[in-house]
Amino acid sequence: MKPVSYVNPRTLKEAAAAHGGRPEARYLGGGTNLVDLMKLGVERPDVLVDITRLSLDAIEEQADGSLRVGATARNSDLATHPAVKERYPMLAQALLSGASGQLRNMATTAGNLLQRTRCGYFQDLSRPCNKRVPGSGCGAIEGVNREHAVLGHSSHCVATHPSDLAVALAALDALVELVGPGGVRTVPLTEFYLLPQDRPDLETVMRPGELVTAVLLLAPPAGSVSRYRKARDRAGYTFALASVAAVVRLERGAVRHVTVAFGGLAHRPWRARRTEAALLGTSPTPETIERAVEAELADAVPLRHNAYKVELARGLAHEVLSTLTTRPGTP
Amino acid sequence: MEARNGRSAHGTGRTARGARHAVTESRVTLRVNDTEHRVELEHSATLLEVLREALGLTDSQKGCDDGRCGACTVLLDGRRVNSCLLLAVAQEGREIVTVEGLVAAAHAEDDRHPLRPAAEERDVLRCAYCAPEQHRPAAEAPTAGDSAQPSVVTEIDLPTDAPVRLTADEVRDRLSGHLCRCGAYPNRADTGLDVVV
Repeated sequence: MKPVSYVNPRTLKEAAAAHGGRPEARYLGGGTNLVDLMKLGVERPDVLVDITRLSLDAIEEQADGSLRVGATARNSDLATHPAVKERYPMLAQALLSGASGQLRNMATTAGNLLQRTRCGYFQDLSRPCNKRVPGSGCGAIEGVNREHAVLGHSSHCVATHPSDLAVALAALDALVELVGPGGVRTVPLTEFYLLPQDRPDLETVMRPGELVTAVLLLAPPAGSVSRYRKARDRAGYTFALASVAAVVRLERGAVRHVTVAFGGLAHRPWRARRTEAALLGTSPTPETIERAVEAELADAVPLRHNAYKVELARGLAHEVLSTLTTRPGTP
Repeated sequence: MEARNGRSAHGTGRTARGARHAVTESRVTLRVNDTEHRVELEHSATLLEVLREALGLTDSQKGCDDGRCGACTVLLDGRRVNSCLLLAVAQEGREIVTVEGLVAAAHAEDDRHPLRPAAEERDVLRCAYCAPEQHRPAAEAPTAGDSAQPSVVTEIDLPTDAPVRLTADEVRDRLSGHLCRCGAYPNRADTGLDVVV
C-alpha cells in the first residue's frame, strides 16, 4: 500500500481543513471499501482524514417524526435501533442482508452509500476500466458480465452499485445531508447518484470537499407497509444479483402511496417510477402488478451473461408488491 | 506502559500539500488483550499486520486479506470485526481482543470453554486456520458483544428487547462471515448449537 498521511480530527472544521477538497484526500469511515481499494492500488490517497471521532454517529428521532442517522452510525447499530425496527423494518432487513456480521460492525452509514460502484474489472489493475482510468475502455461489456447492469448503463460502464442500504433508502425517499465549503445542503437519495454516461468515474453529485454528515428519514406514511427482498448466489454474505425495496399504503384496497426501488440492476439504486405510476390509485391484482413491473423493466438491456436478472427482478418485484398489497397492516 | 488519551496529531495532513513533508508513520498505543503496546507503525499498516508482525499474535490469520474469509476476526470494543480492513493507526484508544486474549481469559478462570468438549464430541475438523475464529460466532453468540443482535434470518417483528433465539439458521448466518475451505461447517454449526441450546 502506498504510504499515506493520517489525521484524526475532533471537529468538522479541522476535518475540512485537513481534507482541503483535494482529489488525493479521502475521508476514512469504517474503511471496509476504501482500505480494500487502497490495498488493490485502485485508491491511492495521500492523506486519510479519519472522521470516526467527530461524533457523527448519533441516531436521533426528531420532533417532526423524522429520523436523523449520523454519517458514522454503524450498519449494525442502525439495523438494531428501536426506531428502525419499529418504523422502517424494511431498512433493517436490507442492512442485515448485507455483508457479514464483522463488516456490518465496521461499515458506516455514509461509507455504505459511498462505497464505489464497481465490478471485478474496476478492481483489477491489469484490466481496462473507464471508471478507474477514464478512456481506457471497459473490460466488462464484452467480458464476464453476469453480475452487471441491465438498466441505465452506457457504452463506457456497466458496473452496479452493491449497497442494500441505498436501495432501501431510495424507496424511503431519504435525504442525504452534505456539509462542504458552500455550507450545508440536502439532496434526495434518488438524486444523489449519477448514471455512468461517458464519465463513470463520477458517481455522485458531491462537490469537492463535501462530507456526508447524515441521512434523514422522513416519517413513514401512516399505515404503510414495507419490504426488502434480495436474491443472491448463496443465502449469506454476498451482493445482490437483484433486489427490491417497496413501501405501500392502501386505503380501502386502493394504492394511495407506493415507492419501489431495484438494487443490483444499475449504476445506482433504481427507482421504478413507472411501476409506481401504474399502481397508484388502483386496486392491485396479479395482472396489474405484472403490467406495472413490466412498465419499468421493458427498458432493460441485458448484456451477454445477465439476461436472467430481468426475470429475477420481475419475480422479486411481483412477490414483494403482491405481499404488500394483499396483506395490509402487516409490517 | 502509559496510554495516550487517544487524541493524536500524527500524520499532519496539513502538510500533505508539500508531499515531501508528509508524515506516513506514527508511534501509537494499542490496547490488545488488556495490555498496552507502544508501536511504531506505517499508517498503511492494517491492524492484522501489526498484531501478527509487531506483537507476535499470530492466531489472527491472514487468509483472503480483503474482508471475505473472517480468519482475521478480532473483537474491537466488544464487537467482531475484520482486522485486515482496519488501519492500525486508527485504533488507538480502542479495546482489541484476539483469540489469544479469549484463550487467556478462559485459562485465568481455570475453565475450558464448553465448546471444546462439544467440538471433540462432534469430531469437528480443525486446521487452525479458520477454526479459532469460526468458533467465536458459533460458541459465543449468546454472550459476546454484538452477537445478541438479530441477523437476516431473525424474525423481523421480534420485540426489540427480546433476545435472539439461536436457531440452526441463526448460527449458520453468523458463521457466514467465516469461510472454511475444508467445508467443516455442518459439524461446527451443530457444535455451536450444542453449546447454546
